[in-house]
Amino acid sequence: MRHVPKSRITASLAVSAAAAIALAGCSGAAGGAEADGDVTLTYAIWDQNQQPAMQQIADAFTEEHPNVDVEIQLTPYKEYFTKLQTAVSGGAAADVFWMNGPNFQLYAGNGVLAPLDGDGIDTADYPAGLVDLYTYDGDLYGAPKDFDTVALWYNTALFDAAGVEYPSADWTWDDLKAAAAKLSDPATGVYGIAASQYGQENFYNSIAQAGGEVVSADGTTTGYDSPEALAGIELWTDLIADGSSPTAQQMTDTNPEDFFLSGKVAMFQNGSWAAIAYADNPDLAGSVNVAPLPSGAEGNQSVIHGVANVANAKSAHVDLAKEFAEFASSEQAADIQADSGTVIPAFNGTQQAWVDALPQFDLQVYIDALDDAVPYPVSKNTSAWTSIESEVLSQVWAGTLTPKDGLAQLAEQMQAALDAEAE
Amino acid sequence: MTDLIAQRAAAPISELDRGRQDAAPGGPEGSARPGGPSARAGRTRRRGPSQSAWWALVFIGPTAVGLLAFYIWPTIRTLILSFTKSGPFGGSEFVGFDNYVRLMQDPELLGALRNTAVYTIIALVGIPIAVAIAALLNTAGLRGRSVYRTLYFIPVVTMPAAIALVWRMIYNGDYGVLNEMLGAVGIDGRSWLTDPSTALVAIAAVGIWAGLGTNIVIFLAGLQGIPDTIMEAADLDGAGPVRKFFSITIPLLSPSIFFVSVISVIGALQVFDLIYMMLGRSNPAMPNTRTIVYLFYEAGFLDNERGYAAAIAFLLLLIILVLTVVQFRLQKKWVHYE
Repeated sequence: MRHVPKSRITASLAVSAAAAIALAGCSGAAGGAEADGDVTLTYAIWDQNQQPAMQQIADAFTEEHPNVDVEIQLTPYKEYFTKLQTAVSGGAAADVFWMNGPNFQLYAGNGVLAPLDGDGIDTADYPAGLVDLYTYDGDLYGAPKDFDTVALWYNTALFDAAGVEYPSADWTWDDLKAAAAKLSDPATGVYGIAASQYGQENFYNSIAQAGGEVVSADGTTTGYDSPEALAGIELWTDLIADGSSPTAQQMTDTNPEDFFLSGKVAMFQNGSWAAIAYADNPDLAGSVNVAPLPSGAEGNQSVIHGVANVANAKSAHVDLAKEFAEFASSEQAADIQADSGTVIPAFNGTQQAWVDALPQFDLQVYIDALDDAVPYPVSKNTSAWTSIESEVLSQVWAGTLTPKDGLAQLAEQMQAALDAEAE
Repeated sequence: MTDLIAQRAAAPISELDRGRQDAAPGGPEGSARPGGPSARAGRTRRRGPSQSAWWALVFIGPTAVGLLAFYIWPTIRTLILSFTKSGPFGGSEFVGFDNYVRLMQDPELLGALRNTAVYTIIALVGIPIAVAIAALLNTAGLRGRSVYRTLYFIPVVTMPAAIALVWRMIYNGDYGVLNEMLGAVGIDGRSWLTDPSTALVAIAAVGIWAGLGTNIVIFLAGLQGIPDTIMEAADLDGAGPVRKFFSITIPLLSPSIFFVSVISVIGALQVFDLIYMMLGRSNPAMPNTRTIVYLFYEAGFLDNERGYAAAIAFLLLLIILVLTVVQFRLQKKWVHYE
């Protein structure tokens, strides 16, 4: 038993050393000595694909303000909001950072964000849906940076091989199901579509297309207890049951998008952010294209969502932070983003450059989707019910709960979470 | 390096104790230093205790500071936190036992306790496996012992993230090597990590595999500490290899087995990294694999309810404490110290 004390000492020393290193790392990141008049603004983002464009925007800002340096901090999306929340609590958050719809009200409502009340931004320059998304209690807190809608990507080689006509603008859910069934071939392991348990890409759209909603516009009532929501969910679970899609288990083992990228799935609904990644992927060159979403009973709505640039209210240079947040969403910044082809800029009139940047795809479908787009479902504490949503629906997707029973459970638990928010 | 560990572990306690006595300051030689008048010797005696106390502090200091700053203080903070409810961005209010009451009513707690218990029981299977491998490696005249030892030790020095990623690929239902191999002998595979009936076992198997090397080294050290004379005596008495293994090796190895089982149980109760990295959040098998620490992670980092998470952490501390005390009580019945 004489090992125990020794290993404890070693362990505690190792932990101490690791913690000391971690602490040193923290203090180094938070501070940053500044010479007189020179300012370094930190700018937190989550998308590596967009980093070059963000760097160009930062450089353009430094050109206008030679004493200001903008340092970009990239955190993968999976950890971005966990890290941000901790950083805000500890007072070490970036001066300017990306914000999304589900998290916005939580941050704005707790005084974390500085209102953008300067002359640097005119709300008329942006789609109204995005301005509404980032307005809290009458004040605009987020400068709309980009927007994304959803469309249907398809692999032309697999369509040709199966002799199925490419998806068109007048496709309905029935056309989608018929094509998916025809494209599926157990012998070659090819499936028609990846009916993954994704909200924004899949079932948020289909629920709207069936005439339902995920949450009421004021964010107080769940929409999952409606027959329309059930239809929107069953579209996907039926595709799995028919064998037109890999099962939920397969799509947990292997990322659903990887099925599409490796030519094992013929159709994949994805947001406009996917265009640049697919264009850069040599395996997909010349063999994929994009079409509008198929129509349900009430149309072919797509969910619209957009990222905004927000300024940290606790920043040491809050005025500069606000100025940069507005600059990073300005027409000049929008043009830089559009040329890079990464995302659709939110600034009105700059979208054409994005469409033209990748002429090999019919990217106009993403812009056309604006007409009937429905807002991304959010409430004051969105993550409180999306964690319930993800857990209950995983049982529905796996088939251990029927869609009907699952949605009844989900609606009940989600409503309880929404009621708790209101208190 | 492992040889050194083996030698040290092989040295009987009595020998170490003797060494300690030899090194003890203020022994008879100390006072008999040449040129030491009686007055000076008296001063030395007076100064003696305070000086040794000072040295003791110097030696304990680094560990004590680390222990206080990184173990004891955070533990106290966590205890305080478990009685509070915190806002999304800091700021907290005292809520008494609310978090603990809520925890006892949490429908997910029972599942998490069950999953953790199952995982721990499976993880203990690793101990007999490690004993068996160590005994084989200890066979007299085995060639390339250090090569085998290194091979078994490689998983221990591999990053857990790398282990998780590789095993995820091995377990993949569509393209995994495991199903490929099973298919070759005519067995239908499955999605090991998303099937609720296999996910926990699959993860526990990786846990056993990853920890095998450490346990083997500890057992090997224990085996090498068993005196040859006892084995020779057994030979003379006509004991066969099986009889020797169960009547001599196992009882004499029992202190090492006890140590490994205490450490394994604590480690298994705290399992998190493999589950976090090998299963996704919306994995359909999650209700059957969510352990207590995963529950803690969900509460503390995903839902950002730090007070509630702290209460979960304290429940786990309590469980570990009770189980470890029970193990120490039970050792009197089966652990043989020389």
